[in-house]
Amino acid sequence: MSADLSDLYQNVILDHNRRPRNRGRIPTANRSAHGDNPSCGDQCDVFLRLDGDRIAEISFDGSGCAISQASASLMTTQLKGKTTAEAENLYKEFHEIVTTGKEPEEISDLGAFAGVHAFPARIKCATLSWHAALNALRGDGAPATTESHKD
Amino acid sequence: MPSPWDNIRDQFPILDQKVNGHPLVYLDNAATTQKPLAVTRALDRFYANDNANVHRGLHALSMRSTDGYEGARARVQAFVNAEAPEEIIFTRGTTESINLVAASWGSANLRKGDVVLLTEMEHHSNLVPWQMAAQRTGATVRYVPVTGDQGLLDLGALDKLLTPEVKLFAFTHVSNTLGTINPAADLCARARKLGIVTVVDAAQSIGHMPLDVRAIGCDFLAFSGHKMASVTGIGVLYGRRALLDAMPPWQGGGGMISSVDFSGSRWKPSPERFEAGTPNFADAIALGASCDFLDLLGREQIRLHDGGLAKEARDRLAELPGIRIIGPDGERGGLVSFAFEGVHAHDVVTFADEDGIALRGGHHCNQPLMKKLGLTSTVRASFYVYNERREIDALVASMARTIKFFAG
Repeated sequence: MSADLSDLYQNVILDHNRRPRNRGRIPTANRSAHGDNPSCGDQCDVFLRLDGDRIAEISFDGSGCAISQASASLMTTQLKGKTTAEAENLYKEFHEIVTTGKEPEEISDLGAFAGVHAFPARIKCATLSWHAALNALRGDGAPATTESHKD
Repeated sequence: MPSPWDNIRDQFPILDQKVNGHPLVYLDNAATTQKPLAVTRALDRFYANDNANVHRGLHALSMRSTDGYEGARARVQAFVNAEAPEEIIFTRGTTESINLVAASWGSANLRKGDVVLLTEMEHHSNLVPWQMAAQRTGATVRYVPVTGDQGLLDLGALDKLLTPEVKLFAFTHVSNTLGTINPAADLCARARKLGIVTVVDAAQSIGHMPLDVRAIGCDFLAFSGHKMASVTGIGVLYGRRALLDAMPPWQGGGGMISSVDFSGSRWKPSPERFEAGTPNFADAIALGASCDFLDLLGREQIRLHDGGLAKEARDRLAELPGIRIIGPDGERGGLVSFAFEGVHAHDVVTFADEDGIALRGGHHCNQPLMKKLGLTSTVRASFYVYNERREIDALVASMARTIKFFAG
């Protein structure tokens, strides 16, 4: 297997793909948003329970490739307990990781997605769930589609 | 005697390359086929010698260009056995051909309460234009069901669906996802008995098997050049002349009028009525060259070759653990579609690319069918005249490696 491909399918990603965390709808969710990627058919719903401005609980459901499923799973573990502003900042960092391959400043599992940058067609797979989560946080309930944002 | 099948890969220089360090195995032919030198050279020759706008000029090049364009029309007429060249309208491709029928025939003939009958296996290109026409006219769309993973049309249900409200029945000849070959002549005969107009989407059959519009008995038939060894941007709508002559234009412009006044215009007959503006004559000439190329190979031989590879790939892939193959066990078009338990199609396609193999993964513009089968996506391998059995070996080995990797 080439270096690029083993960078893409890191152990962290394979593990989250095989054993997704926080999968399924939270019954107490007070926010949710749907995301889809019409070009490949990937779907992702994100459910949140906001306590004030803080994400008390978060989960996802959907279908898609290993990259999109692992990204959604890992995202839920990273966003739990964060405020809206912290979540927005974390997404900015994640976006930079997947588009440039830059490693995160602090040691974080998000770095597992650095290999995505070598596969431009897969960047949208990695960011889909994040867009859905941010839309849910903004509370506008708007569906996230990869057609309306660049990455 | 030498056969045109000997050294066929020499006609396709694009195949002679390495991708990610492996010889290219091109198995995405249902999306688009590669183009032989016989076709690209015909296009080069035209641009090097004869290019000028058609139908208007009185000079030598324009006359040559017009002869080339109308010659291509006659070539396509013979290729599909239409009665007259006026029944061949050049379009951008299958999608535009179907949109032409939906816009022109649809606006003149569909009314509130009418039904357009489709099947559940239609490509979005033979589904969305009819939904749009239904929205404009107040007609409704109904679907002939597909029976499970075998992917055959439920012919028992068809007779119940062919009610007096049905004005048009549009169906695919060969499914781009299932590989099913529909009994086009039988379907058209059932519709015709009730006076229902038929539209056949031949995108996946035209380049792969003998095709005769009079034997099929359809009213319209649509296909694309780029899926039959020709270039992109050219396609065909075949229509029975009596129907075409009664249809209004769908686009206005130069070339399609017999006279224009400030108060109004009158239309030329088919095909000019439906070819507003400068037509794509150069690519039409390339399409004529593709017809020659495919007839030289023999379309029955192509059917046996592509269908045979697909069947063999199907049987060998079926031995892999956790695989689900959709489409018929028996005769099929030149493609096979499958999904693996626990491994998404896009991951499979990424791994195959690593091995130099070009596959398609996704919903194949067949979202409603995928939903019905409980799938979000499949992997598709599709074959053409230059593919070889050794490429099935490469495909099966690559799939086995991918499953093993994801099984961990």
